[in-house]
Amino acid sequence: MHLVAQSLDFALSHRPEIVVALRQHIALSAAAIAAASAICLPLGVAASRRPWGRSVITAVNAVRVIPSLALLAFVLPWLGLGFTSALIALIVLACPPILVNTDIAFRGVDQYAIEAARAMGMSDAQILLRVQTPLALPVVFSGLRLASIEVVASATLATLIGAGGLGDIIMAGLELEQPAELLVGSLLAALLAVAAAAAFSAGERLAVARS
Amino acid sequence: MSASPPEIRFDDVVKTFGGAARAAVNGVTLSIPGGTFAVILGPSGCGKTTLLKTVNRLIEPSSGFIFVGGVDTASVDPVRLRRGMGYVIQNVGLFPHMTVSENIATVPRLVGQDDAQIRRRVDELIDVVHLPPAEYRERRPRALSGGQQQRVGLARALAADPPILLMDEPFGAVDAIERTHLQDEVAALHAQRARTVLFVTHDVDEAFRLADLLIVMRDGRVEQSAPPLAMLARPATAFVSDLIGADDVVRRLRAIHVSAALEPAGETDAADEPSVDSHASLGDALSLLLDGAARLAVRDGADLRGVITVAGILRAARRGATAS
Repeated sequence: MHLVAQSLDFALSHRPEIVVALRQHIALSAAAIAAASAICLPLGVAASRRPWGRSVITAVNAVRVIPSLALLAFVLPWLGLGFTSALIALIVLACPPILVNTDIAFRGVDQYAIEAARAMGMSDAQILLRVQTPLALPVVFSGLRLASIEVVASATLATLIGAGGLGDIIMAGLELEQPAELLVGSLLAALLAVAAAAAFSAGERLAVARS
Repeated sequence: MSASPPEIRFDDVVKTFGGAARAAVNGVTLSIPGGTFAVILGPSGCGKTTLLKTVNRLIEPSSGFIFVGGVDTASVDPVRLRRGMGYVIQNVGLFPHMTVSENIATVPRLVGQDDAQIRRRVDELIDVVHLPPAEYRERRPRALSGGQQQRVGLARALAADPPILLMDEPFGAVDAIERTHLQDEVAALHAQRARTVLFVTHDVDEAFRLADLLIVMRDGRVEQSAPPLAMLARPATAFVSDLIGADDVVRRLRAIHVSAALEPAGETDAADEPSVDSHASLGDALSLLLDGAARLAVRDGADLRGVITVAGILRAARRGATAS
């Protein structure tokens, strides 16, 4: 109870810093997810339709084994400290789950439904929009959800290259040996990850209901 | 849509898939007159499905031409070509994210019919394929049995009232009783509104039940093309004879409809003459003739449709054979 009281006390007394860190964290994560989606959703659809798709997916899956901390260390020499470096590292991190799930989602659409749609005189664009996309949405969204959790969690490391975020609070807590501060930072990061996942689940329900 | 259904003509059609040693379809020249119910029969791998798919250009032939109503299909936009052809496949391919009525409404929506018109047409079609509209309209495909799904698939294919219907083993995954019902319904649909139907199957009984014109394929070629009765009387090759079981004539005659050997009744119409229903098979008719009747009246309720005689059956058998 002692720790909880201390944490609450810390949170209330450091509200401005916490809000800044939270904002930075959200901005960084949202930008990374948005950029990764913009790149990987179309790429994933394209990969699912072409023979080279498989090799791209295999290559991207190989990138996945690189830990997020190593990624940050990787971009540092080229881009230096700050927001851009952290953003790029997080985009690289977010891409594989989005790309892989999009590819799998579109490959998984019942080929006979597609054949029937084509035979009924739907154009390629109509098949993509009216048949493939609605059927692929759930798996695409689960990729987005996965990516958002990874990004929000890994964005806590952005503090190491001076990009701020909730990592600032966590690191300060570690250095100053303040468990309450550490707990507040970690808890907020965890809540943010859950919120991001929930947001994508809600988005999925909405999209599936409307399609 | 009152124009008569178009002829489908294949002119030396060859299809070789990339990497395949031999052609899947190897020089098919064939004419299917407008309004004919043509059944392509053959073992798996004989090229029957490939040939079917060249008609709506899901597969483009490597060489040769396909004419529909005299027009070279290669010169027509495939999307437009396909709108005039219903397509029913064994795996049905219903859209799982749409309700039954949305599935059926696909083509009418594509061509931009208005909502009231579409709704009327959907109800009409659900009724045509014998599903109660009120109960089934809003269901999803996965809530239906295999046979019901195929009924919806058939309704969807008929939605824009296409003059051509392409069917690829449509009842292959349906249980035997339901299959017989569906065959009867497809035959009844054809009797109501003649379309040019191209129906692929490996089921000999099904082929004999449905075909006006039977096309036997083997190794990418047409082995014989003739009306069922004629093919039964004169199979062109030993392969055809074995495939259709030509030595079991009685069984096959049970599948062929009396109309295959129907002749005009003339002016005599004795009410006490022995008669058969117009839905009867030639097998039924033959049993009665063998019982000693000189001829049988074929009646549809009170209407006299024509007569069946042994000589007439033989004539019909010879008539088609010379045409092949």
